[in-house]
Amino acid sequence: MEDIRNILKDKILVLDGAMGTMIQQYNFTEEDYRGQKFKDFHISVKGNNDMLSITQPEAIKEIHAKYLEAGADIIETNTFSSTTIAMADYEMEDFVYELNFESAKIAKEVAKEFTDKNPNKPRFVAGSIGPTNRTASMSPDVNDPGFRAVTFDDLRVAYRQQAEALIDGGVDLLLVETVFDTLNAKAALFAIEELKAERNIDIPIMLSGTITDASGRTLSGQTAEAFLISVSHIPLLTVGFNCALGAKQLTPHLEVLSQKASFGVSAHPNAGLPNAFGEYDETPSQMAEQIKEYLEKGLINIIGGCCGTTPAHIKAIADIANGYKPRLVS
Amino acid sequence: MNTEKKYLKLSGLEPLIITPESNFINVGERTNVAGSRKFLRLIKEEKFDEALAIARHQVDGGAQIIDINMDDGLLDGKEAMVRFMNLIAAEPDIARVPIMIDSSKWEIIEAGLQVAQGKCVVNSISLKEGEAQFIEHAKKIKMYGAAVIVMAFDEVGQADNYNRRIEIAQRSYSILVNEVNFPSEDIIFDLNIFPVATGMDEHKRNAIDFIEATRWVRENLPNASVSGGVSNVSFSFRGNNAVREAMHSVFLYYAIKAGMNIGIVNPTMLEVYDEIPKDLLEHVEDVILDRREDATERLLDFAESVVSTAKERKVDLSWREKSLQDRITYSLVKGLDEFIVEDVEEARLQAEKPIEVIEGNLMIGMNVVGDLFGSGKMFLPQVVKSARVMKRAVAYLLPFIELDKGGASESNGKILLATVKGDVHDIGKNIVGVVLGCNNYDIVDLGVMVAPEKIIQAAKDENVDAIGLSGLITPSLDEMVYLAKEMERHNFKVPLLIGGATTSKAHTAVKIDPHYKNAVVHVHDASRAVTVVGDLLDKRKNQKYVGDIKADYVKVREGFSDRSSKKEFVSLENARKNKFNIDWNTAEIKKPNFEGIQVFEDFDLTKLVDFIDWTPFFRTWELAGRYPAILTDKVVGETASNLFKDAKIMLAQILDEKWLTAKAVFGIFPANAIKDDIEVYGDAERKDINVKFVTLRQQAKKKEGIANIALADFVAPKETGIEDYIGAFCVSTGFGTAELAAEFEKDHDDYNSIMIKALADRLAEAFAEYLHKKVRTEYWGYASSEGLTNEELIKESYNGIRPAPGYPACPDHTEKWTIWDLLSVKETIGVELTDSLAMWPAASVSGYYFGNEKSKYFALGKIKEDQLKDFAERKNMDLETAKKWLNPNLAE
Repeated sequence: MEDIRNILKDKILVLDGAMGTMIQQYNFTEEDYRGQKFKDFHISVKGNNDMLSITQPEAIKEIHAKYLEAGADIIETNTFSSTTIAMADYEMEDFVYELNFESAKIAKEVAKEFTDKNPNKPRFVAGSIGPTNRTASMSPDVNDPGFRAVTFDDLRVAYRQQAEALIDGGVDLLLVETVFDTLNAKAALFAIEELKAERNIDIPIMLSGTITDASGRTLSGQTAEAFLISVSHIPLLTVGFNCALGAKQLTPHLEVLSQKASFGVSAHPNAGLPNAFGEYDETPSQMAEQIKEYLEKGLINIIGGCCGTTPAHIKAIADIANGYKPRLVS
Repeated sequence: MNTEKKYLKLSGLEPLIITPESNFINVGERTNVAGSRKFLRLIKEEKFDEALAIARHQVDGGAQIIDINMDDGLLDGKEAMVRFMNLIAAEPDIARVPIMIDSSKWEIIEAGLQVAQGKCVVNSISLKEGEAQFIEHAKKIKMYGAAVIVMAFDEVGQADNYNRRIEIAQRSYSILVNEVNFPSEDIIFDLNIFPVATGMDEHKRNAIDFIEATRWVRENLPNASVSGGVSNVSFSFRGNNAVREAMHSVFLYYAIKAGMNIGIVNPTMLEVYDEIPKDLLEHVEDVILDRREDATERLLDFAESVVSTAKERKVDLSWREKSLQDRITYSLVKGLDEFIVEDVEEARLQAEKPIEVIEGNLMIGMNVVGDLFGSGKMFLPQVVKSARVMKRAVAYLLPFIELDKGGASESNGKILLATVKGDVHDIGKNIVGVVLGCNNYDIVDLGVMVAPEKIIQAAKDENVDAIGLSGLITPSLDEMVYLAKEMERHNFKVPLLIGGATTSKAHTAVKIDPHYKNAVVHVHDASRAVTVVGDLLDKRKNQKYVGDIKADYVKVREGFSDRSSKKEFVSLENARKNKFNIDWNTAEIKKPNFEGIQVFEDFDLTKLVDFIDWTPFFRTWELAGRYPAILTDKVVGETASNLFKDAKIMLAQILDEKWLTAKAVFGIFPANAIKDDIEVYGDAERKDINVKFVTLRQQAKKKEGIANIALADFVAPKETGIEDYIGAFCVSTGFGTAELAAEFEKDHDDYNSIMIKALADRLAEAFAEYLHKKVRTEYWGYASSEGLTNEELIKESYNGIRPAPGYPACPDHTEKWTIWDLLSVKETIGVELTDSLAMWPAASVSGYYFGNEKSKYFALGKIKEDQLKDFAERKNMDLETAKKWLNPNLAE
């Protein structure tokens, strides 16, 4: 398969959309979540979407296929929370290797089918590495600002486990995403660098931060440019932003990255801002219209969707991205 | 292509990029246990709050990086480093700058790297322990994403001459760049600054070798930086700061020229190069540059003659030898509260009744103050300070007076003061209160936003001798009219005093005076208040005085009606035909870089300091003159300087201790004009009208070629099909002001109570100016190349305007409702509108942004009935309501 780095020089690549939004439509019950393997698991597991790769693999494959059908070049594995740290809520730390490995495997299977059908449009699998539910540079206790619920080393070890299993399962690249605390991301990058050195591999890394609100900063307080500087020590495939904001609100921050980054730039915004019920209601055409601005300004190399986006959104985005040149990367 | 050169880029919460154009980067060094005994003690005693204050002080003082060092034998350095860095991470005003993790122990460095989200500098590594360890550490640093300081040190020892310095630098650089693949721009060399003039020959070239090696590094090792700790160079002159300061300046002068771009310098140990006395400069340069064999001896000899210029201020206490009354008077005149209680106690013991101290000693002193003030030899800030001393003295005496039940003091009269309903501005009113208080009047201060019925009731209950009303915004004028009518209805006899920025003699005479049979007096400024009140309450001559004023006001009214009848107006229709024309085909309209709404919930106040326009600050204190010339003014210069000094001290506290919170919200939106309205759209297609700004058009008849302007003229009309934009904003620095002012007042400290409000007002204006600049150059970006000095900013010599509702271009306060609606001002930043549409907190500014280069400030002037009707329809308001709001602008 052709190296994604070469393809990116000529083409804007499309990343898939939300996994959670799609899973919701299946209305899985506690039993469905458990499947055979976890039939007798000692606590409730409903809501642990990542485990569906093991218990409902056909559904996950179907979602992957829908996104590929819609025109996505890259699909993300169903592993956003598959670290020992995030899985602690479900007491499934022991299954982390399996979760990542199986997710990677099924995503790769579906991607390969599509590549085989049309070798001119190779499809890639990105191992999704989420932020975990703890922050290394902020205290969860307002009365003790010096306290930390997780350390760099805890994160490094957890991320390393996840990355290893994803690579074993066959992912083509790694996507460290929804970074709300740059220090967490730095631990993930550190772990991946260790792994790359040990295995002597050069797997491409996408890194995507999150600007949480109108302040224009990450949750841990950095500006877009400070965030970029803090992660530029690693040769990334792309740096970008996802989640929290819609395409429109993300524009000024992407412009900063586009101007300053010596890597590719990615974006996978939400389908607008949540409405009063917490739902995302930007339509595919509305979202594509916003994204057109990125394309016209030449801000982007990889574009996709986050919360609230569906295959229809990705199709609208893929259709519009088709007519534009990617941002030039030095 | 990204053709950017490779610059050293660091980050805390914000970026720091060091380019060839950057000024010398100063590293704060007080958070270093090896360099600061105080910091070491605080860390040992686990007084982390105070330790953080040191870090904050460094950042506020301009340090662009802070060096943290916990290397001390009695400390667990690793734990202290982690703890302190974690605490810093929770302080955005410190964490905004990058951190320099300073330790000779690798485990401490690594622990520090693991708790920093930004890109730090490691200080330091070297070849001291050999290449293997050097490479291992460098690789780790690269993986953690930090820059590194490399000491000029190798297996043999520390580089102490030119050749060793460049040899080690060269070798370190090539290992880092070629073997470790370390980014060259992330390498910083510390080429060892050693003392000169030690008396030993081998130290003679220490400075010049460093400087020359710096030059070599910058010319031969691409992208690398050079740093160092400057104070070492003057080590042999410990105890003679004058010489040390000169040595630091000279050394830096040459080292920076050679390419040293980062360093640790104590700013208080630095003389301005140009201000070093010629002879000292020559001797110091001889030593630093090793220009003479006997340079050291000559400087040593010379140094003995250089008396340290340390500006030790001797406090003159000779006045304490004087008589008791003189001492009390002196304290009052000078505004010194250090000895007042002691002196008042002495007076109390001598007096028969404690009340005599007030009526005697203190009043004698205050009369001196009053005379000096009256004859222009004392100025308002000093008088307010005197009042503070007076109040403290009285507060001390009160318990004794109560015990004594000696009865109340005979005051000159009782004055009620209030800021009228709907208005929140009270600086001027408070000043009047203080000044009158100093002159032995009892003050009944009802505060701000006082309803008329409350004023009437309080005036009756307290049996006051006069009522003073204050207001700053135009709707307050109507409140004053209403109150005059109410006083008449309630058969009041006491005089009514009118004051505040929008009040005027003309308005008082024309609009207020006719409604109240008794005395109505406009008081132009606080210093007049004493004489006006004195004349009004003087039973012997007040009848004549009131009669004179009434007669004067009648004259003013007649003159006014003459003028206004002569003034010619045009119909609204004709005024619209004569609109301000912009050629929209050639007008440059910049599509904003940012559209939508942005909120700043806790903006860094330190960024606003440079944007403060000080001139109005002095005006608040009734000192006339422009800043900075006012500081050296022959008449008020000394007072102004002292006031400015106090203001600076409080400003530093405001910043250091975060007394005030600055918040802002602004937005930029698609917009087009339709006649005199501006439609603001919620979508790019311009179909969804979000809000509509209603602007007013000048209606006075203009000379040929002069337009009748409305703000809408500055936005492209819809029919042109041209896509234009408008912005709106609200900033406030007033959160916290009221609480602080109340604290000061509780402490009888009106001076600081007024000061905090005056400063909050200045910061709000500065914030508006700052944000406007950001909008012009970044968010909207139509003036991205703008580089104005602060003076030019204050003169407003830039493109685009930010008119505020309630001010001359758009006197209609109700437009604030529209802005509040558009930006959700109350919901996002909590600034509220009163009934009269004043903003609360008071230190707030709101307005529109017009970006067109032709847009300009103008005064609406008076408008006619036809526009009032048209306005009411466009605003969907009944005519009476519209009339109420536009009253001050309606032509008679």
